Amino acid sequence: MTAATVAAPRHTVITRRGPIDALRDSLVLAGRNIVKIRKNPETLLDVTLQPILFLFMFVYLFGGAIAGDTHAYLQMLMPGLMVQNIAFASLGTGTALNTDITKGVFDRFRSMPIARSAPLVGAVLGDIVRYLVAMAVLVITAVILGFRVHTDPGSFLLVIALMVVFGLCLCWVSVFVGMLVKSPQAVPGVLVAFIMPLTFGSNVFAPTSSMPGWLQGWVKINPVTQLTDAARGLLNGGPWADHAAYAFLWALAIAVVFFPLAFRAYRRRVG
Amino acid sequence: MTNAIEAEGLVKRFGKTTALDGVDLAVPGGKILGMLGPNGAGKTTAVRILATLLRPDAGWARVAGYDVVKQSTQVRSLVGLTGQYASLDEDLSATENLVLLGRLLGLSKPQAKIRAAELLARFELTDAAKRSIKTFSGGMRRRADLAASLVGRPDVLYLDEPTTGLDPHSRNEVWDTVRTLVDDGVTVLLTTQYLDEADQLADLITVVDHGRIIATGRPDELKRHTGGQTLQVRPTLQVDMDATAAILADLTGTKPLRDDDTGLLTAPVADPMLLSAVVRRLDDAGITADELALRLPSLDEVFLSLTGRKSSSDTDAARVPERSNA
Repeated sequence: MTAATVAAPRHTVITRRGPIDALRDSLVLAGRNIVKIRKNPETLLDVTLQPILFLFMFVYLFGGAIAGDTHAYLQMLMPGLMVQNIAFASLGTGTALNTDITKGVFDRFRSMPIARSAPLVGAVLGDIVRYLVAMAVLVITAVILGFRVHTDPGSFLLVIALMVVFGLCLCWVSVFVGMLVKSPQAVPGVLVAFIMPLTFGSNVFAPTSSMPGWLQGWVKINPVTQLTDAARGLLNGGPWADHAAYAFLWALAIAVVFFPLAFRAYRRRVG
Repeated sequence: MTNAIEAEGLVKRFGKTTALDGVDLAVPGGKILGMLGPNGAGKTTAVRILATLLRPDAGWARVAGYDVVKQSTQVRSLVGLTGQYASLDEDLSATENLVLLGRLLGLSKPQAKIRAAELLARFELTDAAKRSIKTFSGGMRRRADLAASLVGRPDVLYLDEPTTGLDPHSRNEVWDTVRTLVDDGVTVLLTTQYLDEADQLADLITVVDHGRIIATGRPDELKRHTGGQTLQVRPTLQVDMDATAAILADLTGTKPLRDDDTGLLTAPVADPMLLSAVVRRLDDAGITADELALRLPSLDEVFLSLTGRKSSSDTDAARVPERSNA
Protein backbone atom coordinates (compact mmCIF):
# COMPACT_ATOMS: atom_id res chain seq x y z
CA MET A 1 0.00 0.00 0.00
CA THR A 2 1.31 3.42 -0.80
CA ALA A 3 0.17 6.92 -0.01
CA ALA A 4 -1.20 7.29 -3.52
CA THR A 5 -4.02 4.88 -2.74
CA VAL A 6 -5.35 7.03 0.09
CA ALA A 7 -7.63 9.89 -0.81
CA ALA A 8 -5.24 11.28 -3.43
CA PRO A 9 -2.66 13.26 -1.45
CA ARG A 10 -2.51 16.87 -2.49
CA HIS A 11 1.07 17.44 -1.45
CA THR A 12 4.42 15.74 -1.45
CA VAL A 13 5.30 13.22 1.18
CA ILE A 14 8.47 14.33 2.89
CA THR A 15 10.84 11.49 3.54
CA ARG A 16 13.72 13.13 5.36
CA ARG A 17 15.10 16.44 6.53
CA GLY A 18 18.75 17.05 5.70
CA PRO A 19 21.12 19.50 7.40
CA ILE A 20 20.12 22.37 5.09
CA ASP A 21 16.43 21.82 5.83
CA ALA A 22 17.29 21.65 9.53
CA LEU A 23 19.04 25.02 9.31
CA ARG A 24 16.09 26.53 7.46
CA ASP A 25 13.61 25.15 10.01
CA SER A 26 15.77 26.48 12.85
CA LEU A 27 15.97 29.94 11.29
CA VAL A 28 12.19 30.09 10.78
CA LEU A 29 11.71 29.19 14.43
CA ALA A 30 14.36 31.69 15.52
CA GLY A 31 12.32 34.26 13.58
CA ARG A 32 9.33 33.36 15.74
CA ASN A 33 11.27 34.20 18.90
CA ILE A 34 12.32 37.52 17.43
CA VAL A 35 8.72 38.40 16.59
CA LYS A 36 7.81 37.52 20.17
CA ILE A 37 10.43 39.91 21.52
CA ARG A 38 9.08 42.66 19.30
CA LYS A 39 5.52 42.03 20.44
CA ASN A 40 6.30 41.61 24.13
CA PRO A 41 9.20 43.91 24.88
CA GLU A 42 8.45 43.52 28.58
CA THR A 43 9.96 40.03 28.42
CA LEU A 44 13.28 41.83 28.02
CA LEU A 45 12.93 43.66 31.34
CA ASP A 46 15.07 41.14 33.19
CA VAL A 47 17.97 41.69 30.84
CA THR A 48 17.54 45.45 30.49
CA LEU A 49 16.20 46.93 33.71
CA GLN A 50 18.26 44.78 36.04
CA PRO A 51 21.67 45.68 34.56
CA ILE A 52 20.71 49.36 34.53
CA LEU A 53 19.83 49.14 38.23
CA PHE A 54 23.09 47.33 38.90
CA LEU A 55 24.95 50.00 37.01
CA PHE A 56 23.48 52.82 39.05
CA MET A 57 23.64 50.99 42.32
CA PHE A 58 27.22 49.84 42.10
CA VAL A 59 28.66 52.93 40.47
CA TYR A 60 27.11 55.48 42.79
CA LEU A 61 26.58 53.44 45.93
CA PHE A 62 29.76 51.41 46.10
CA GLY A 63 31.95 52.93 43.39
CA GLY A 64 33.49 55.58 45.60
CA ALA A 65 34.22 53.09 48.34
CA ILE A 66 35.65 50.41 46.06
CA ALA A 67 37.64 52.46 43.56
CA GLY A 68 37.82 55.84 45.27
CA ASP A 69 36.18 57.45 42.27
CA THR A 70 32.84 56.67 40.63
CA HIS A 71 34.05 57.35 37.10
CA ALA A 72 37.07 55.10 37.42
CA TYR A 73 34.81 52.46 38.88
CA LEU A 74 32.39 52.77 35.97
CA GLN A 75 35.22 52.06 33.50
CA MET A 76 36.20 49.00 35.51
CA LEU A 77 32.67 47.76 36.25
CA MET A 78 31.08 48.12 32.82
CA PRO A 79 32.93 45.27 31.03
CA GLY A 80 32.14 42.95 33.94
CA LEU A 81 28.49 43.95 33.97
CA MET A 82 28.30 42.98 30.30
CA VAL A 83 29.41 39.48 31.28
CA GLN A 84 26.95 39.31 34.14
CA ASN A 85 24.21 40.54 31.85
CA ILE A 86 24.92 37.81 29.30
CA ALA A 87 24.93 35.18 32.03
CA PHE A 88 21.53 36.32 33.25
CA ALA A 89 20.17 36.64 29.73
CA SER A 90 21.09 33.01 29.07
CA LEU A 91 18.67 31.99 31.85
CA GLY A 92 15.75 33.03 29.68
CA THR A 93 16.31 30.28 27.11
CA GLY A 94 15.33 27.46 29.45
CA THR A 95 12.29 29.33 30.75
CA ALA A 96 11.01 30.03 27.24
CA LEU A 97 11.52 26.43 26.12
CA ASN A 98 9.80 25.06 29.20
CA THR A 99 6.85 27.36 28.50
CA ASP A 100 6.62 26.10 24.92
CA ILE A 101 6.63 22.50 26.09
CA THR A 102 4.09 22.91 28.88
CA LYS A 103 1.77 24.96 26.66
CA GLY A 104 1.87 22.41 23.86
CA VAL A 105 3.50 24.64 21.25
CA PHE A 106 6.34 22.13 20.95
CA ASP A 107 3.95 19.29 20.23
CA ARG A 108 2.54 21.23 17.34
CA PHE A 109 6.05 21.64 15.92
CA ARG A 110 6.93 18.03 16.58
CA SER A 111 3.86 16.79 14.76
CA MET A 112 5.17 18.55 11.65
CA PRO A 113 7.77 17.27 9.18
CA ILE A 114 10.58 19.49 10.43
CA ALA A 115 14.05 18.63 11.69
CA ARG A 116 13.92 17.17 15.19
CA SER A 117 16.53 19.54 16.55
CA ALA A 118 15.01 22.67 14.96
CA PRO A 119 12.77 23.84 17.82
CA LEU A 120 15.71 23.67 20.22
CA VAL A 121 18.32 25.19 17.92
CA GLY A 122 15.84 27.82 16.71
CA ALA A 123 15.11 28.98 20.25
CA VAL A 124 18.81 29.30 21.01
CA LEU A 125 19.54 31.19 17.79
CA GLY A 126 16.63 33.55 18.44
CA ASP A 127 18.21 34.37 21.77
CA ILE A 128 21.13 36.06 20.05
CA VAL A 129 18.75 38.96 19.45
CA ARG A 130 17.93 39.08 23.15
CA TYR A 131 21.61 39.15 23.98
CA LEU A 132 22.26 41.98 21.55
CA VAL A 133 19.36 44.06 22.85
CA ALA A 134 20.52 43.50 26.42
CA MET A 135 24.07 44.57 25.48
CA ALA A 136 22.88 47.63 23.59
CA VAL A 137 20.73 48.88 26.48
CA LEU A 138 23.58 48.42 28.93
CA VAL A 139 26.20 50.07 26.73
CA ILE A 140 23.99 53.07 25.93
CA THR A 141 23.16 53.63 29.60
CA ALA A 142 26.82 53.35 30.56
CA VAL A 143 27.86 55.80 27.85
CA ILE A 144 25.27 58.28 29.11
CA LEU A 145 26.80 57.91 32.57
CA GLY A 146 30.24 58.67 31.16
CA PHE A 147 31.65 55.32 30.11
CA ARG A 148 33.99 55.52 27.11
CA VAL A 149 35.67 52.90 24.92
CA HIS A 150 39.37 53.78 25.06
CA THR A 151 40.41 51.48 22.24
CA ASP A 152 38.77 51.12 18.83
CA PRO A 153 35.40 50.04 17.34
CA GLY A 154 36.91 46.72 16.22
CA SER A 155 37.79 45.84 19.80
CA PHE A 156 34.32 46.83 20.93
CA LEU A 157 32.72 44.56 18.34
CA LEU A 158 35.04 41.76 19.39
CA VAL A 159 33.81 42.18 22.98
CA ILE A 160 30.20 41.92 21.81
CA ALA A 161 31.06 38.81 19.78
CA LEU A 162 32.78 37.22 22.78
CA MET A 163 29.75 37.94 24.93
CA VAL A 164 27.33 36.38 22.44
CA VAL A 165 29.50 33.26 22.09
CA PHE A 166 29.73 33.00 25.87
CA GLY A 167 25.95 33.37 26.17
CA LEU A 168 25.32 30.77 23.47
CA CYS A 169 27.48 28.25 25.31
CA LEU A 170 26.12 29.05 28.76
CA CYS A 171 22.48 28.86 27.64
CA TRP A 172 22.70 25.07 27.29
CA VAL A 173 22.85 24.89 31.07
CA SER A 174 19.58 26.80 31.10
CA VAL A 175 18.10 24.58 28.38
CA PHE A 176 19.10 21.49 30.39
CA VAL A 177 17.40 22.81 33.52
CA GLY A 178 14.40 23.91 31.46
CA MET A 179 13.94 20.32 30.27
CA LEU A 180 14.17 18.88 33.79
CA VAL A 181 11.85 21.07 35.83
CA LYS A 182 8.07 20.89 35.59
CA SER A 183 7.04 24.52 35.31
CA PRO A 184 8.63 27.51 33.58
CA GLN A 185 8.64 29.50 36.83
CA ALA A 186 11.02 27.01 38.41
CA VAL A 187 13.78 27.58 35.85
CA PRO A 188 15.20 30.91 37.10
CA GLY A 189 14.96 29.71 40.70
CA VAL A 190 17.22 26.74 40.03
CA LEU A 191 19.59 28.67 37.81
CA VAL A 192 20.13 31.63 40.10
CA ALA A 193 21.90 29.24 42.46
CA PHE A 194 24.28 28.53 39.61
CA ILE A 195 24.60 32.04 38.16
CA MET A 196 25.06 33.94 41.45
CA PRO A 197 28.36 32.31 42.52
CA LEU A 198 29.50 32.51 38.93
CA THR A 199 28.91 36.23 38.47
CA PHE A 200 29.43 37.56 42.00
CA GLY A 201 32.30 35.21 42.81
CA SER A 202 34.38 37.05 40.25
CA ASN A 203 36.33 40.26 39.81
CA VAL A 204 33.35 42.03 38.20
CA PHE A 205 32.57 44.20 41.23
CA ALA A 206 35.77 44.24 43.28
CA PRO A 207 39.46 43.59 42.58
CA THR A 208 40.58 40.02 43.25
CA SER A 209 43.43 41.20 45.46
CA SER A 210 40.94 42.58 48.00
CA MET A 211 39.49 39.11 48.65
CA PRO A 212 40.56 36.40 51.11
CA GLY A 213 42.88 33.74 49.70
CA TRP A 214 40.31 30.91 49.51
CA LEU A 215 37.98 33.07 47.48
CA GLN A 216 40.78 34.28 45.20
CA GLY A 217 41.37 30.64 44.24
CA TRP A 218 37.86 30.38 42.79
CA VAL A 219 37.72 33.91 41.41
CA LYS A 220 40.91 33.42 39.42
CA ILE A 221 39.69 30.32 37.57
CA ASN A 222 36.11 31.59 37.16
CA PRO A 223 35.30 32.06 33.45
CA VAL A 224 33.40 35.24 34.32
CA THR A 225 36.63 36.73 35.70
CA GLN A 226 38.53 35.70 32.61
CA LEU A 227 35.95 37.13 30.25
CA THR A 228 35.75 40.31 32.32
CA ASP A 229 39.53 40.72 32.08
CA ALA A 230 39.39 40.15 28.34
CA ALA A 231 36.64 42.76 27.96
CA ARG A 232 38.50 45.26 30.16
CA GLY A 233 41.62 44.80 28.07
CA LEU A 234 39.67 45.23 24.85
CA LEU A 235 37.67 48.28 25.99
CA ASN A 236 40.07 50.07 28.34
CA GLY A 237 43.34 48.99 26.77
CA GLY A 238 45.59 46.24 28.07
CA PRO A 239 46.29 42.53 27.58
CA TRP A 240 43.23 40.48 26.63
CA ALA A 241 44.10 37.61 24.31
CA ASP A 242 45.05 35.06 26.99
CA HIS A 243 41.99 35.90 29.06
CA ALA A 244 39.76 35.67 26.02
CA ALA A 245 41.22 32.29 25.05
CA TYR A 246 40.79 31.00 28.59
CA ALA A 247 37.20 32.22 28.77
CA PHE A 248 36.47 30.75 25.36
CA LEU A 249 37.81 27.35 26.40
CA TRP A 250 35.65 27.48 29.50
CA ALA A 251 32.59 28.36 27.44
CA LEU A 252 33.38 25.54 25.04
CA ALA A 253 33.76 23.09 27.91
CA ILE A 254 30.38 24.13 29.32
CA ALA A 255 28.78 23.67 25.92
CA VAL A 256 30.45 20.29 25.37
CA VAL A 257 29.11 19.03 28.68
CA PHE A 258 25.67 20.61 28.67
CA PHE A 259 24.69 20.46 24.99
CA PRO A 260 24.46 16.64 24.98
CA LEU A 261 22.85 16.63 28.43
CA ALA A 262 20.28 19.20 27.30
CA PHE A 263 19.61 17.36 24.06
CA ARG A 264 19.15 14.06 25.84
CA ALA A 265 16.83 15.64 28.39
CA TYR A 266 14.91 17.26 25.52
CA ARG A 267 14.38 13.94 23.75
CA ARG A 268 13.34 12.32 26.99
CA ARG A 269 10.97 15.13 27.89
CA VAL A 270 9.20 15.39 24.60
CA GLY A 271 9.19 11.64 23.92
CA MET B 1 -11.23 0.06 0.75
CA THR B 2 -7.82 1.08 1.94
CA ASN B 3 -7.41 2.09 5.54
CA ALA B 4 -5.88 5.50 6.15
CA ILE B 5 -5.14 4.63 9.75
CA GLU B 6 -4.28 1.14 10.90
CA ALA B 7 -2.99 -0.06 14.23
CA GLU B 8 -2.57 -3.38 15.89
CA GLY B 9 -1.82 -4.27 19.49
CA LEU B 10 -0.75 -0.79 20.58
CA VAL B 11 0.57 -0.80 24.11
CA LYS B 12 1.87 2.19 26.03
CA ARG B 13 2.90 2.29 29.66
CA PHE B 14 3.82 5.28 31.79
CA GLY B 15 5.59 3.87 34.81
CA LYS B 16 3.12 1.51 36.43
CA THR B 17 0.13 2.89 34.55
CA THR B 18 -0.88 1.13 31.36
CA ALA B 19 -2.39 3.84 29.19
CA LEU B 20 -2.97 1.60 26.19
CA ASP B 21 -3.41 -2.11 26.57
CA GLY B 22 -3.51 -3.59 23.08
CA VAL B 23 -5.48 -1.26 20.84
CA ASP B 24 -6.40 -2.16 17.25
CA LEU B 25 -7.72 0.46 14.87
CA ALA B 26 -8.76 0.57 11.25
CA VAL B 27 -10.11 3.77 9.73
CA PRO B 28 -11.02 3.74 6.04
CA GLY B 29 -9.85 6.75 4.00
CA GLY B 30 -12.23 9.70 4.06
CA LYS B 31 -14.16 8.51 7.11
CA ILE B 32 -14.51 9.88 10.62
CA LEU B 33 -13.65 7.58 13.47
CA GLY B 34 -15.00 8.74 16.81
CA MET B 35 -12.96 7.48 19.72
CA LEU B 36 -15.21 7.66 22.69
CA GLY B 37 -14.18 7.24 26.27
CA PRO B 38 -13.99 8.85 29.68
CA ASN B 39 -11.03 10.83 30.97
CA GLY B 40 -7.96 8.65 31.29
CA ALA B 41 -9.24 5.97 28.91
CA GLY B 42 -6.14 6.31 26.72
CA LYS B 43 -7.61 8.36 23.87
CA THR B 44 -4.95 11.06 23.93
CA THR B 45 -2.17 8.50 24.23
CA ALA B 46 -3.47 6.77 21.11
CA VAL B 47 -3.59 10.05 19.21
CA ARG B 48 -0.09 10.99 20.32
CA ILE B 49 1.24 7.67 19.07
CA LEU B 50 -0.54 8.05 15.74
CA ALA B 51 0.82 11.61 15.45
CA THR B 52 4.40 10.33 16.09
CA LEU B 53 4.67 12.24 19.37
CA LEU B 54 5.00 9.04 21.39
CA ARG B 55 6.49 5.65 20.61
CA PRO B 56 4.38 2.62 21.42
CA ASP B 57 5.90 0.06 23.78
CA ALA B 58 4.40 -2.71 21.68
CA GLY B 59 2.31 -3.06 18.55
CA TRP B 60 2.47 -1.03 15.36
CA ALA B 61 0.56 1.71 13.64
CA ARG B 62 0.52 2.92 10.07
CA VAL B 63 -0.84 6.15 8.67
CA ALA B 64 -1.42 6.15 4.92
CA GLY B 65 0.74 3.07 4.86
CA TYR B 66 3.69 4.65 6.67
CA ASP B 67 4.91 3.26 9.95
CA VAL B 68 4.58 5.87 12.71
CA VAL B 69 7.90 4.88 14.28
CA LYS B 70 10.13 4.01 11.33
CA GLN B 71 8.71 6.52 8.86
CA SER B 72 7.75 9.29 11.22
CA THR B 73 8.78 12.09 8.86
CA GLN B 74 6.48 10.77 6.14
CA VAL B 75 3.66 10.43 8.63
CA ARG B 76 4.21 13.98 9.88
CA SER B 77 3.99 15.34 6.37
CA LEU B 78 0.52 13.78 6.01
CA VAL B 79 -1.16 14.45 9.34
CA GLY B 80 -2.64 17.45 11.10
CA LEU B 81 -3.12 17.60 14.83
CA THR B 82 -5.52 19.64 16.90
CA GLY B 83 -6.06 19.14 20.54
CA GLN B 84 -5.32 19.65 24.15
CA TYR B 85 -1.62 19.23 23.49
CA ALA B 86 -0.78 20.80 20.19
CA SER B 87 -1.47 24.45 20.57
CA LEU B 88 -0.67 27.82 19.10
CA ASP B 89 1.71 30.45 20.37
CA GLU B 90 -0.45 32.72 22.50
CA ASP B 91 1.82 35.72 22.04
CA LEU B 92 1.54 35.66 18.28
CA SER B 93 -1.44 36.70 16.19
CA ALA B 94 -3.54 34.17 14.31
CA THR B 95 -1.87 35.17 11.05
CA GLU B 96 1.62 35.01 12.49
CA ASN B 97 0.95 31.54 13.86
CA LEU B 98 -0.37 30.22 10.57
CA VAL B 99 2.38 31.86 8.52
CA LEU B 100 4.99 30.34 10.84
CA LEU B 101 3.48 26.87 10.36
CA GLY B 102 3.27 27.41 6.61
CA ARG B 103 6.94 28.40 6.50
CA LEU B 104 7.87 25.31 8.50
CA LEU B 105 5.94 23.24 5.98
CA GLY B 106 8.12 24.61 3.22
CA LEU B 107 5.94 27.39 1.82
CA SER B 108 7.55 30.66 0.81
CA LYS B 109 6.59 33.72 2.83
CA PRO B 110 4.05 35.02 0.26
CA GLN B 111 2.58 31.53 -0.18
CA ALA B 112 2.32 31.09 3.58
CA LYS B 113 0.52 34.42 3.89
CA ILE B 114 -1.97 33.49 1.19
CA ARG B 115 -2.62 30.14 2.82
CA ALA B 116 -3.06 31.77 6.23
CA ALA B 117 -5.53 34.31 4.86
CA GLU B 118 -7.46 31.52 3.08
CA LEU B 119 -7.81 29.47 6.23
CA LEU B 120 -8.67 32.42 8.46
CA ALA B 121 -11.40 33.42 6.02
CA ARG B 122 -12.74 29.87 5.97
CA PHE B 123 -12.92 29.81 9.77
CA GLU B 124 -14.38 33.32 9.95
CA LEU B 125 -11.37 34.68 11.77
CA THR B 126 -10.36 37.31 9.24
CA ASP B 127 -11.45 40.15 11.52
CA ALA B 128 -9.39 38.75 14.37
CA ALA B 129 -6.41 37.80 12.22
CA LYS B 130 -4.11 40.41 13.73
CA ARG B 131 -5.05 39.84 17.33
CA SER B 132 -2.86 37.69 19.50
CA ILE B 133 -4.29 34.27 20.30
CA LYS B 134 -4.45 34.98 24.02
CA THR B 135 -7.27 37.48 23.38
CA PHE B 136 -9.38 34.84 21.61
CA SER B 137 -12.53 33.32 23.10
CA GLY B 138 -12.64 29.55 23.57
CA GLY B 139 -14.55 28.98 20.35
CA MET B 140 -12.31 31.26 18.28
CA ARG B 141 -9.28 29.56 19.69
CA ARG B 142 -10.54 26.13 18.74
CA ARG B 143 -11.24 27.39 15.22
CA ALA B 144 -7.74 28.83 15.04
CA ASP B 145 -6.37 25.48 16.23
CA LEU B 146 -8.30 23.72 13.51
CA ALA B 147 -7.04 26.20 10.93
CA ALA B 148 -3.49 25.58 12.12
CA SER B 149 -3.80 21.85 11.70
CA LEU B 150 -4.97 22.34 8.11
CA VAL B 151 -2.12 24.55 6.88
CA GLY B 152 -0.33 21.55 5.40
CA ARG B 153 -3.49 20.17 3.74
CA PRO B 154 -3.32 16.96 5.76
CA ASP B 155 -4.77 13.69 4.51
CA VAL B 156 -5.34 12.55 8.05
CA LEU B 157 -6.50 14.80 10.83
CA TYR B 158 -6.50 14.09 14.55
CA LEU B 159 -8.94 16.07 16.63
CA ASP B 160 -8.30 15.46 20.28
CA GLU B 161 -11.40 16.54 22.19
CA PRO B 162 -12.05 19.43 19.84
CA THR B 163 -15.10 20.76 21.68
CA THR B 164 -14.28 20.09 25.32
CA GLY B 165 -15.13 23.20 27.30
CA LEU B 166 -16.97 24.93 24.46
CA ASP B 167 -20.46 26.37 24.68
CA PRO B 168 -23.13 24.69 22.52
CA HIS B 169 -22.96 27.38 19.84
CA SER B 170 -19.18 27.10 19.40
CA ARG B 171 -19.50 23.34 19.48
CA ASN B 172 -21.91 23.41 16.58
CA GLU B 173 -19.50 25.59 14.63
CA VAL B 174 -16.69 23.12 15.16
CA TRP B 175 -18.98 20.28 14.13
CA ASP B 176 -19.92 22.03 10.91
CA THR B 177 -16.26 22.52 10.13
CA VAL B 178 -15.42 18.89 10.73
CA ARG B 179 -18.20 17.86 8.35
CA THR B 180 -16.83 20.07 5.59
CA LEU B 181 -13.38 18.55 6.05
CA VAL B 182 -14.67 15.11 5.30
CA ASP B 183 -16.25 16.48 2.16
CA ASP B 184 -12.69 17.33 1.14
CA GLY B 185 -11.69 13.68 1.55
CA VAL B 186 -9.79 14.07 4.81
CA THR B 187 -9.74 11.10 7.17
CA VAL B 188 -10.52 12.18 10.70
CA LEU B 189 -9.83 10.55 14.02
CA LEU B 190 -11.80 12.36 16.67
CA THR B 191 -11.60 11.70 20.37
CA THR B 192 -14.42 12.81 22.57
CA GLN B 193 -16.07 12.38 25.92
CA TYR B 194 -19.35 13.52 24.42
CA LEU B 195 -21.53 10.77 23.14
CA ASP B 196 -23.70 13.04 21.06
CA GLU B 197 -20.56 14.42 19.41
CA ALA B 198 -19.50 10.97 18.25
CA ASP B 199 -23.06 10.23 17.20
CA GLN B 200 -23.31 13.49 15.25
CA LEU B 201 -20.01 13.28 13.43
CA ALA B 202 -18.58 9.80 13.30
CA ASP B 203 -19.02 7.14 10.64
CA LEU B 204 -17.50 4.65 13.03
CA ILE B 205 -17.30 4.71 16.78
CA THR B 206 -14.73 2.99 18.92
CA VAL B 207 -15.46 2.93 22.62
CA VAL B 208 -12.31 2.93 24.74
CA ASP B 209 -11.96 2.32 28.43
CA HIS B 210 -8.84 1.57 30.46
CA GLY B 211 -6.67 1.50 27.38
CA ARG B 212 -8.77 -1.14 25.66
CA ILE B 213 -11.31 -1.06 22.92
CA ILE B 214 -14.55 -2.40 24.27
CA ALA B 215 -16.73 -1.92 21.21
CA THR B 216 -16.48 -0.75 17.62
CA GLY B 217 -19.15 -0.16 15.06
CA ARG B 218 -21.37 2.30 13.23
CA PRO B 219 -23.35 4.49 15.64
CA ASP B 220 -26.64 2.77 14.88
CA GLU B 221 -25.05 -0.68 15.11
CA LEU B 222 -23.66 0.14 18.49
CA LYS B 223 -26.96 1.44 19.67
CA ARG B 224 -28.80 -1.63 18.42
CA HIS B 225 -26.14 -3.86 19.86
CA THR B 226 -26.81 -2.62 23.35
CA GLY B 227 -30.54 -2.39 23.57
CA GLY B 228 -33.92 -2.00 21.96
CA GLN B 229 -35.70 1.10 20.83
CA THR B 230 -37.77 3.58 22.76
CA LEU B 231 -41.08 5.14 21.82
CA GLN B 232 -41.65 8.69 22.92
CA VAL B 233 -45.02 10.40 22.82
CA ARG B 234 -45.91 13.89 23.97
CA PRO B 235 -49.69 14.53 23.83
CA THR B 236 -50.63 18.07 22.91
CA LEU B 237 -53.05 18.33 25.81
CA GLN B 238 -52.07 17.45 29.34
CA VAL B 239 -55.52 15.88 29.94
CA ASP B 240 -54.76 13.22 27.31
CA MET B 241 -51.79 11.90 29.31
CA ASP B 242 -53.78 9.14 30.99
CA ALA B 243 -55.52 7.95 27.83
CA THR B 244 -52.22 7.99 25.91
CA ALA B 245 -50.46 6.09 28.68
CA ALA B 246 -53.21 3.48 28.57
CA ILE B 247 -52.83 3.04 24.80
CA LEU B 248 -49.05 2.68 25.11
CA ALA B 249 -49.39 0.20 27.94
CA ASP B 250 -51.84 -1.80 25.90
CA LEU B 251 -49.66 -1.93 22.78
CA THR B 252 -46.21 -2.36 24.29
CA GLY B 253 -47.24 -4.51 27.21
CA THR B 254 -45.36 -2.35 29.71
CA LYS B 255 -46.39 0.66 31.71
CA PRO B 256 -44.80 3.72 30.08
CA LEU B 257 -42.45 6.02 31.93
CA ARG B 258 -44.33 9.21 32.65
CA ASP B 259 -42.86 12.67 33.08
CA ASP B 260 -45.58 15.15 33.97
CA ASP B 261 -43.20 18.11 33.88
CA THR B 262 -42.30 17.66 30.24
CA GLY B 263 -45.51 15.84 29.33
CA LEU B 264 -43.49 13.02 27.82
CA LEU B 265 -44.36 9.34 27.86
CA THR B 266 -41.62 6.82 27.14
CA ALA B 267 -41.96 3.10 26.58
CA PRO B 268 -39.57 0.40 25.38
CA VAL B 269 -40.50 -1.12 22.05
CA ALA B 270 -39.41 -4.47 20.70
CA ASP B 271 -41.02 -4.22 17.28
CA PRO B 272 -40.58 -1.00 15.28
CA MET B 273 -43.82 -1.80 13.39
CA LEU B 274 -45.67 -0.78 16.53
CA LEU B 275 -45.27 2.88 15.62
CA SER B 276 -48.03 2.81 13.01
CA ALA B 277 -50.37 1.01 15.42
CA VAL B 278 -49.76 3.72 18.00
CA VAL B 279 -50.54 6.40 15.43
CA ARG B 280 -53.79 4.69 14.46
CA ARG B 281 -54.96 4.20 18.04
CA LEU B 282 -54.20 7.81 19.01
CA ASP B 283 -56.04 8.98 15.92
CA ASP B 284 -59.06 6.81 16.77
CA ALA B 285 -59.12 8.28 20.27
CA GLY B 286 -58.89 11.82 18.86
CA ILE B 287 -55.62 12.51 20.63
CA THR B 288 -53.08 14.74 18.91
CA ALA B 289 -49.41 14.59 19.79
CA ASP B 290 -46.69 17.26 19.59
CA GLU B 291 -44.04 14.61 19.53
CA LEU B 292 -44.15 11.04 18.44
CA ALA B 293 -40.89 9.30 17.82
CA LEU B 294 -39.15 6.00 17.84
CA ARG B 295 -35.58 6.49 18.91
CA LEU B 296 -32.51 4.38 19.47
CA PRO B 297 -31.06 4.46 22.95
CA SER B 298 -28.72 7.41 23.42
CA LEU B 299 -25.01 6.77 23.32
CA ASP B 300 -25.01 7.61 27.00
CA GLU B 301 -27.09 4.55 27.59
CA VAL B 302 -24.91 2.55 25.22
CA PHE B 303 -21.78 3.66 26.95
CA LEU B 304 -23.08 2.85 30.38
CA SER B 305 -24.20 -0.58 29.32
CA LEU B 306 -20.78 -1.23 27.77
CA THR B 307 -18.51 0.07 30.48
CA GLY B 308 -20.55 -0.38 33.62
CA ARG B 309 -21.60 2.35 35.93
CA LYS B 310 -18.36 3.94 37.03
CA SER B 311 -16.28 3.54 33.93
CA SER B 312 -13.23 5.59 34.88
CA SER B 313 -12.53 3.86 38.18
CA ASP B 314 -13.85 0.42 37.31
CA THR B 315 -11.19 -2.24 36.87
CA ASP B 316 -13.53 -5.17 36.54
CA ALA B 317 -13.03 -6.41 33.01
CA ALA B 318 -15.42 -9.35 33.37
CA ARG B 319 -18.45 -7.26 32.48
CA VAL B 320 -16.89 -5.91 29.32
CA PRO B 321 -18.78 -7.37 26.39
CA GLU B 322 -17.12 -8.92 23.39
CA ARG B 323 -15.74 -6.63 20.79
CA SER B 324 -18.02 -6.40 17.80
CA ASN B 325 -16.67 -5.98 14.33
CA ALA B 326 -17.67 -3.10 12.14
